[in-house]
Parts: sequence; structure tokens; C-alpha cells
Amino acid sequence: MSRATREAYRDSVLVLLGRHPELMCLDSDTGLFSADHAAAAGDQYLNLGIAEQNLMGVAAGMAACGRVPFVNTMAAFAASRALEAIKIDIAYNRLPVRIMATHGGLAAGHLGPTHQALEDLAVMRVLPGMTVVVPADAAATEAIVEQSVTLPGPLYVRLGRKPTPPIPAAPPPVIGKAQTLRTGGDVVLVGCGPYPVLACVAAAQVLAEQGIEATVLNMHTLRPFDAETLIAAARPATLVVTIEEHWRAGGLGGAVAEALAEAAPTRVLRLGVPDKFVDEVGNQEHLVAHYDLTAERVVRAVRTALDTTARSGKTDWKEHHS
Amino acid sequence: MTITQLLERDTLNDVAARIRSHVVDMCAGPEGGHLGGALSCVDVLTALYFSVLNVDTHWPDDPDRDRFLLSKGHAAVALYATLAERGFFPVDELAGFGRAGSRLMGHPVRAVPGVELPTGSLGHGLALGCGFALANRYAGRASRTFVLLGDGELQEGSVWEAAIAAASQRLDRLVAVVDRNGLQLTGPTDAIAPMEPLAERWRSFGWAVREVDGHDPELLADLLDAAPWEPGKPSVLIARTVKGQGLPFLAGRASSHYVTLSPRNHARAISALRDAESLR
Ligand SMILES: Cc1ncc(C[n+]2csc(CCOP(=O)(O)OP(=O)(O)O)c2C)c(N)n1
Repeated sequence: MSRATREAYRDSVLVLLGRHPELMCLDSDTGLFSADHAAAAGDQYLNLGIAEQNLMGVAAGMAACGRVPFVNTMAAFAASRALEAIKIDIAYNRLPVRIMATHGGLAAGHLGPTHQALEDLAVMRVLPGMTVVVPADAAATEAIVEQSVTLPGPLYVRLGRKPTPPIPAAPPPVIGKAQTLRTGGDVVLVGCGPYPVLACVAAAQVLAEQGIEATVLNMHTLRPFDAETLIAAARPATLVVTIEEHWRAGGLGGAVAEALAEAAPTRVLRLGVPDKFVDEVGNQEHLVAHYDLTAERVVRAVRTALDTTARSGKTDWKEHHS
Repeated sequence: MTITQLLERDTLNDVAARIRSHVVDMCAGPEGGHLGGALSCVDVLTALYFSVLNVDTHWPDDPDRDRFLLSKGHAAVALYATLAERGFFPVDELAGFGRAGSRLMGHPVRAVPGVELPTGSLGHGLALGCGFALANRYAGRASRTFVLLGDGELQEGSVWEAAIAAASQRLDRLVAVVDRNGLQLTGPTDAIAPMEPLAERWRSFGWAVREVDGHDPELLADLLDAAPWEPGKPSVLIARTVKGQGLPFLAGRASSHYVTLSPRNHARAISALRDAESLR
């Protein structure tokens, strides 16, 4: 059943607050917690108003005194507006603040570039000590929130807005460990977040029908980055395709390219939102289709790349180099 | 029709009523809209665009124009409806709000004629307004800059950084309006972060302050037109408003913040606006 990852977070943190008195939930007038939710959390919940920099500073201060705050804001306001407080007050001090960032990627849809977050993964994953996670569905979100209670240091979790479908047959993710959803030796498809991972799974199915076997990785954790699993999957393959709701620079595609360039050079195609501010109006589904972050696009990217290699008479160039 | 002809036929209240009904229609679209905070600032926008601002729909880039920024960018539906009524683009275009193929993004974007700069992340508008006012002063232009803020938005520290800068730079061609509807996204502003005495706060930051009924467009127009009220000081008008003004079933409730009107509630809203009109 489709469910919003942000609601899965809210419902699971409410349970955890009851079990762990050191946890806090600090809000910034987001509306994710209704009056009833707030009442259920008792004095472990505070709405600190519309002031995201202050939110991060207050969370850092509380964390330095032994509390574990979950803070709620939109990804855009966390990763850009409150960034310095996150960098200096939270990450520099290695404090266990859980930044629960809704409206990640294109989830803000028609609300536009002020509310879309297409930079957050790039920004967050360069901060030393920051753990960066993008759950692909509601069940994964629950697992991540559960694990976050004892995770050392700061955590950034990118969540969505509206309900998104579950990833079929995906076991609960473990922070820091890439999930292999399918194994195949020809190409590797790597995604993070609901629509991209679904696109990889569907694309692998289509490719298999065409005789191309794909490994599918749900790279839900961007930092610490599970290079080991990626490299092992990429070794036999001729091509790695990444797909994400993020600008093409610096996010999942960037992380994959960095890891492979140093350890196992493999051709990487990065699918994402082109390098400009979104000027197309429409909801998330529309924008995902508009920027063609779809299974069809992944299939096309793989086919074009493999056909070109075949036509140019080059065999697997890795054979020449290894 | 020129604005002079239009205002010979219609009062500011007539214009505001038409803008309200566009706002309601836009919030009945598939993505809904920020209904409550749009309705609370319609009278302010009407006063500005139909009486105060020196702007030319045929020459939106006139360097001598007055400038307006909707710092509470989520009230985009109200701004778009006002700009369309004023003649910046066809009223028919409003039906596309938030839909694929339209240029009417959920927060103001520069692709829309009449929009100066994009807003939507709260707490940006006043600093931008300081920039406009400073640039105009350097250019020797007498034009004024108006910035509309939400009262919840005042919780953003950046607003007060800009308030300090405006007073320090003696930007008396800068006018802020606070849409003091007493509510923000999740509840009453004064329950989340008390702002009173708000007028005193602004005064202590070096601003000239007036506090009035924000649903009387004639009064608003007179006051705003008279700014600066004190030489050498920026001006702030605290407009006492009602979130969801005009819709008894939503007015004064935080739940009016973001609404997708169902067909039934859309009909209810239309008839509520019509009733209010017949009583006027
Ligand atoms: C920086 C930032 N934080 C949070 C939001 C989400 N948000 C949109 S409107 C709103 C409430 C604004 O309250 P107020 O300024 O009083 O506006 P009004 O009640 O007049 O609509 C919030 C929290 C935002 N747009 N920008």
C-alpha cells in the first residue's frame, strides 16, 4: 500500500519517544504533527516556530546535554537555509541530532524551486561524520528511524511528501549497507528514494526480457557509502547507471562515480534533474515524468550505451585495461 | 480598460471581491493552495495594486516603477489573482494554477509578469526589499518598495536582520506590511511564539509603525500612499486581518492554511462570497 515516508517517520518516532525518555521531537511549524500527535508526545515535543537555523542550534544544544533530538523541517530549509548551524553546531561537534527532512527531491512538486531540494544529498554527504539516508518507502523509513536511536553522531534522512508505493520484496534496510534487490552480471542500476528505486527494479525486469542481466542496488545510505558492495557489483559489469531525484551533480551519481573512479573504473551514466532550476509546473509525478526519471529512461540509457559500445567495435574496454 | 476607467466603475471592495473569488477557484484545483493566508491579504494587495503602486502593465520593467515583494510567497494565489485583475496577464490563465503546462508555480516565479523576484522560503523578502530601496536611492529614484510579510514569518531571524539594516540605512522609501492574521501553519502565532507588543518591537528597531484594520482597502490605500510617515525611517503597517477572510466555515482557523477545496466546499465558498457581497 502506498504510504508517505514522512508519515511513517512521524508514527514510528511517536512510539519511540514513549520508550526512550532522552529522545525529543523539535518542530518548526511544519504541520506534520497534528495537535493530537503533539499531545501524544507530551513534553518530548516542541514547536519552536518558523526558524530553521534556530531549530538546528537548539537541537545541537540539547544534544550536547544528552538529549537525542529529531528535528522536523523541509529538506530545502535544512540543507540550504540551516546549513551552517548543521555544519558547525551539529556535525563539527558530532552531535546525535536526527534531521528529518521532508519534501526531498521533487516531492514539493508545484510548490516550486523554493521548496524543492535537489542539492540536499550533495550538501549533506560532504559533511564529515554525517550519516545520510534516503529511505525508499514507508517500511524502510520505520527501520531507519528505529536504528537511528542508537546511531552515533548526526543523521540526515530525506523523506517525501505524498504517499509513494512500496518497493516490492525489499527487506528492511540496514544503515550503511547497500541493498541488492537483484543480481545480474551485465550492468548495475543504482537508485535511491522511492521513484528511482522503483524505476531500477522495473528497468531490470525489462532488460532481462531483452537478455541483459542487471544488478539493482538500493543505495539508501549515501554516507557512510557502501563502496564495497558497489565495487563488487560493478567489477563484472560494463556499465553502471545511477538515478535519483537530485541535480546530476554531487548526489548519488557523484558518490558512485567517486567510488568507482578510484577503485574500479567503470563507465557511469548519471540520471537526475538537469543542471538548472525547475521551471516546469506540476506535481511530483509530473516532474518525475517530465525529467524522465523513469524505468523506460534507464532501459534506453543502457541500450544506447551498450549498442554504441558494440557498434564502435570496442569490446569491454575493461578487458584491455585489466 | 485603464486603471482609471476601472476605478470609475468599481470600488476597491469590488476589485477585492473578484480577487477573492479567483483565489477560491484556484484552491479548488487539483493541487489546492494556501487559501487562508491568501484571503487574509487580498485587501492589502488590492489597495497596493489598484491605488498605491506606480506600475505599468504595458511596461512592467519600467525602472522607475514601485516594487512589491510577496515575502509570504505561499499567498501566491492572491498575488496571481491580483496581477491578473490588474492586467499583467489574462484572468483566464489563473485556471492553470499549479497544473502542468502553466507558468503559475505554487510560489511566485519571475516567469509570471509582474512578479519581481521569486519568494516562498519565508524570511527573504525584507532583505531583498532593502536591496531594492538602496539601489533606488543610489539611482536617485523616488520610487518606493513594499514588502508583505506574514506574522508567523516574523519568527525567522532574517526578518529582523533586514529590519536592522533598513533602519540603519534610513530606508524611508521602504514599506513593510505585516499580515497580522494571528495564525500560522499549525495554530495561533501567539501560542507558538508570542509577538506582542508587535508594534513596540518594530518601533524599538527604528521603524515608523501604524496598526489598522487590514480589510478596509480604502483606509489601507490612504495610509500606504502617505508613507514614509516619519522622515528617515522605514515604515511598517500592521494590518489586522482574518485568515480565511470571507469564508465563515474556514475563517479564523489554522486549518484554512493549505486547502484543496472539494467540489462541495468550492460551491459553499462561492456562495459565502456571494452572500458577503450582497450584504455589502
Ligand atoms: C523558511 C520556511 N520555513 C517554513 C515554511 C513552510 N511554511 C509555509 S507558510 C508557513 C506558515 C506561515 O505563517 P504566516 O507567516 O503567519 O502566514 P499566514 O498565516 O499569513 O499564511 C510555513 C511554516 C516556508 N515556506 N519557509
